[in-house]
Amino acid sequence: MSEEVIKTEGLTKVFNKHLTAVDHVNFSVKHGEIFGFLGPNGAGKTTTINMLITILKPTEGTASVLGFDIAKQHDDVRNVIGVVPQEYTADEDLTGLENILLCADLYGIPRQISKERAVDLLKLVELTDFKDKRVETYSGGMRRRLELACGLINRPRVLFLDEPTLGLDVQTRTATWDYIRRLKKEFGMTLFMTTHYLEEADALCDRVAIIDHGKIVVVGTPEELKHSLGGDIITLSIKEDHDVSELIRSVENVKEVKNENGSYRIKAEYGEVTAPFIIEALRKKGYTVTKLMLTEPTLNEVYLEYTGRSMRDTEESVEAFRTQRMTMRRARGG
Amino acid sequence: MSKLNEHHPGKFHGIWALTKRELKKWLKEPIILLMAILQPVLWMGLFGKAMNIGNMFSSGSLSLPLVVPIPGSSLIPPQLGDAFGNIYVDGSYLSNAFANLGPTIMQGIFGVKDYFSYMAIGMISFIVMFTTMFSGMSIVWDRRLGFLNKVLSTPVSRGTIIFAKVLNASLRAIFQATIILILAVIFGLQVSSTFTVVNILGLYAAVFLLSVGMSSVFLAVALRSTRWETQMAIVNLINLPLMFASNTFFPISQMPDWIQAIARVNPISYLTDANRQLTVLSLDASSLMVDFAFLGVFAAVFSVIGIALSWRYLTK
Repeated sequence: MSEEVIKTEGLTKVFNKHLTAVDHVNFSVKHGEIFGFLGPNGAGKTTTINMLITILKPTEGTASVLGFDIAKQHDDVRNVIGVVPQEYTADEDLTGLENILLCADLYGIPRQISKERAVDLLKLVELTDFKDKRVETYSGGMRRRLELACGLINRPRVLFLDEPTLGLDVQTRTATWDYIRRLKKEFGMTLFMTTHYLEEADALCDRVAIIDHGKIVVVGTPEELKHSLGGDIITLSIKEDHDVSELIRSVENVKEVKNENGSYRIKAEYGEVTAPFIIEALRKKGYTVTKLMLTEPTLNEVYLEYTGRSMRDTEESVEAFRTQRMTMRRARGG
Repeated sequence: MSKLNEHHPGKFHGIWALTKRELKKWLKEPIILLMAILQPVLWMGLFGKAMNIGNMFSSGSLSLPLVVPIPGSSLIPPQLGDAFGNIYVDGSYLSNAFANLGPTIMQGIFGVKDYFSYMAIGMISFIVMFTTMFSGMSIVWDRRLGFLNKVLSTPVSRGTIIFAKVLNASLRAIFQATIILILAVIFGLQVSSTFTVVNILGLYAAVFLLSVGMSSVFLAVALRSTRWETQMAIVNLINLPLMFASNTFFPISQMPDWIQAIARVNPISYLTDANRQLTVLSLDASSLMVDFAFLGVFAAVFSVIGIALSWRYLTK
């Protein structure tokens, strides 16, 4: 089996001749990993995923999924992938079971087999008790789980998840992460997901690509990315009113020291090991450390470093998206 | 370890699954079903019975005075008339004569003696038109709710997606036509002497052909649309004009020339004519052939266009 499950070369999508949503993107996803596409709304995540799942044609460049060209062999691609879209796409008027069987029919799976699979999948996503209830009575978490089950009905070798936890509360989000981890473990599946939750990428993904303005800014494991920032942050204060920046700087592994009104912000590698050395060095010279805090960089700092923006800037548009979806559902019900 | 999807789907798989989905949705909504029955009841009851055109040509619509002056005519010798050349006839004679004339006028204009039978068959076209016109709406909703994207990511062909919608609209139209036929019989539809039960199959075939053509047109219009308001606007703009510029409720022969020109290319006229010939009119094989030929070409051309456009436009 080829080691690279997904490979893109100069993948580009231009809408209406001038809006470049995805701009010459190159990356590859290895077999069996969870690959995360991290970026704010409008960065090009969904456009990329839509090209890979063959519902958008690339303007330029190519990509392959399991060796199948997404433009020329789209039927082969569609056969081996599973898709869990951003929206709740299940038909609200049908029951959970009916929805799963409908998906199975779309893959041409004989009813006999799809019935067996549906039972297993409903058990996996813990919806067995609700299988004969209409989807309109489902909660957000249940709908998301149903989408997951639908995406797995054809036993895909690659599963695409577009914002799998968008709009879910914290508990449901954590539960969804568990399902995703289990999928990887039980089915040996390769997962490609997009998210704009940093903690999600951190908790789930083996490797992360940060995408902004249609371009990939950096790719790596969450650890590598955090490490690339140059270490941990140690914040400390001393009792004495004296500048000790130089003294701290002389400690091994300390890279940068900033005195911010008597509070020292220290960038250091291996912070948990370096911090005791700093305290020791200060005490030897007669200083008393009154406060010390050790922070490991999160993907948030990575994100900030590479895009120059905080992830929080995008939260508002998520709300807008949810409101729009609610309105649509109401309009449909009315 | 997961395996490849070992079921290599055929070219047309998924048609029935997608059609079944929509039919299920439709049947699960009792209100929609009730409306589907109520709408023709109201139309036939109110319109068909209230506009009692047959009665206009009966003696009841004449309240004649005892003696009616009739302007002199060259056929009548002047000495029979009065000083102005008018003749006077007993009103009851005229009334009786008119009562015999009325059905002949109805027969001449509408081809049937009672307007209700004429109109009830027109109702089938009306309902077929409405059902199929709104078929474009469902694809707009599927797009907005993301269902369309999900289907597009499965190995179902693009043409199948459209064809399932066409099939769904056609089956619904046939179902509604059946309801109307049953109701019309209850309300007193009078079938012609050439009617046999087999004719109903012919009627279904005609309904199917028009449904395929019409829903293909409206699905093609909706292919790229994300706003159902646009669809509503288009449908509302053309449904009534299209209906009245046809023989659905009134014979083409009585219309001004320019409306006649529209009515003669309006596929709805051909469906209505075929259906009338199969039920309330005496069957004329050659004109029935023309109707079916027109409907067949209409269905073929537009379904091919619809499917071709779906290949082109469903993947952006």
